[in-house]
Amino acid sequence: MAETEIEFDTAGITKKFMYVNRKAPYGTIYALEVLEAVLISAAFEQHACIVFIDDGVYQIKKGQNTDAVNMKNFSKTYGIIAMEKEDADEDEDMDMVWRIIVEKESMEARGLTADDFVIDVEVIASTELAAIMAEQEIVISG
Amino acid sequence: MAYEVNGKSFESDEEGYLIDIGSWNEELADLIAKDEEIDMTDEHWEVVNFLREYYNEYQIAPAVRVLVKAVKKKLGADKGSNKYLYELFPYGPAKQACKIAGLPKPTGCV
Repeated sequence: MAETEIEFDTAGITKKFMYVNRKAPYGTIYALEVLEAVLISAAFEQHACIVFIDDGVYQIKKGQNTDAVNMKNFSKTYGIIAMEKEDADEDEDMDMVWRIIVEKESMEARGLTADDFVIDVEVIASTELAAIMAEQEIVISG
Repeated sequence: MAYEVNGKSFESDEEGYLIDIGSWNEELADLIAKDEEIDMTDEHWEVVNFLREYYNEYQIAPAVRVLVKAVKKKLGADKGSNKYLYELFPYGPAKQACKIAGLPKPTGCV
């Protein structure tokens, strides 16, 4: 048995990332790729705003069934984002701020409410969202 | 590649990860563990069962950092360390434990 503790040094530079999800979950690879990137940024304990705009709001809609398109239903995987956010909020030693945001206009245009999503979100109007976007250091959209 | 258990064949990829997650059973897990030179104890099963529950809930295997944190939360602080998990699965907890649990290879690669 190894005597030495294997340490993963994740201390380092922390930046403010924003991930902008704008496309429907299936049909293209954008949604899944952005989700992967978000999970990686969790591994490096980066700040992250995960934003859902336009048809991107469908990525986290409840009740998805992907049988007919023959793709894995990865809407459940967004639960990890919610869990990471919870951890970041609870753990005082962890300097990691996460926000999960749905753009109000996109949500309303599709007849959705905050209750239609698989995770808890902040619903924010586009003008306010623009201000949040301006505060970010890195914006990745998909 | 394939595993043989009680006369039944279970297809795996070239690295030994099970193709059909649904076909997994405990005898198969024991066999995969043997290939990995691991004797399954209750502690090993705790991690393997945790991984299966996690996969079932989130549809992906956890990164090793997530695994460590989650094990700490669920099984107690003494078990939530890299050291503990590496003692159980010397060739990488996520990689080996996922293989035994019949899950796809995790993207985090340890």
